[in-house]
Amino acid sequence: MTLVQISLATGFALIFLGLYGALSNRNILRMIVSFTIASTGVNLVLVAVGYLPGREAPILDTIPVASAAERITDPVPQALVLTAIVIGLGVTALMLAYAYRLFRARGSLDISDFTELKW
Amino acid sequence: MTTRMAIPLVLVALLGTVFFALFSSYTPDASLNLTASYYADQTVPETGAQNIVTAIIVTYRGLDTLGEVTVLFLTAAIVGLVLSQSKAPSAHAGAGGLPSGELLQTGARMLVPVILLFGAYVFINGHLTPGGGFQGGAIVASAMLLMLLADPAERFSHGLISKIESSAGLTYVILGLLGLLFAGGFLDNKILPLGTFGSIFSAGAIPLIYVLVGLKVGAEFSSILTSLEETEDAE
Repeated sequence: MTLVQISLATGFALIFLGLYGALSNRNILRMIVSFTIASTGVNLVLVAVGYLPGREAPILDTIPVASAAERITDPVPQALVLTAIVIGLGVTALMLAYAYRLFRARGSLDISDFTELKW
Repeated sequence: MTTRMAIPLVLVALLGTVFFALFSSYTPDASLNLTASYYADQTVPETGAQNIVTAIIVTYRGLDTLGEVTVLFLTAAIVGLVLSQSKAPSAHAGAGGLPSGELLQTGARMLVPVILLFGAYVFINGHLTPGGGFQGGAIVASAMLLMLLADPAERFSHGLISKIESSAGLTYVILGLLGLLFAGGFLDNKILPLGTFGSIFSAGAIPLIYVLVGLKVGAEFSSILTSLEETEDAE
């Protein structure tokens, strides 16, 4: 297995674990942790897709500018993942705040106690 | 009960086949695509930044970063709003908690300045080395977290945090508008001279913008942390 395949497989495995955890757990905090794991997996897959074998990070301190296009990996997925990490943190903070409010409202973090929006 | 167990498994298995198809047929590119090679070739002549990812985030996609910072601000505001009704009274803050211990308190006193300095280093050098405003801001906020852990009764001034946050945001937008007036467009970094490639005062306005982003992100994360910390324990 190459480096790209290992990181892709790890990323996909994390997405699985996260989604399965979010679907099978009844506790809201466990669901939030599962979503965090899934979003880590998505970030890992995105960075792995931008990796080109044998190339270096897109920072031109040792790489000469003229040969940059032949020697660096794709910088665009890395910029996207930076954004995704920050937004992921925001989403997690919001979920935690809402979970706290739900707990204050019902005294419970079990999702089966919140049935108003169930179809 | 069995369907409740089975449905997630079926969904995950369906997703698994999709992922397996993606995974098994994936071959990495041999060369950069058109966008990436444009960035690779043009970043240094156009922006003067060593770190191409920084150049993309701050200059080429500067408007998106402004939006991202706005999303973070909204998150901090909403977390504060949602949790504001359950704020612990400041008199018995950190209500009933055990003291955090000598080791943590002394360690925090020693480490907080170093962590703050490291955060500042990371966001000032964002155009030269890995890192930048978001990472540096997160490091600065981690110093705040350490202070909160060491002394749960401590209260940071929300006024100071929101002043830092709003003035950094305002200056960021003003720098963007200056780019519209004096250079090629909104958030263009050429309003300042590009300087010597590889030195700290180079890449035009990128270090300035990333310092502002770092302060803003650090203030937003700190405000989220304090909002979460100040909420009262439910009985």
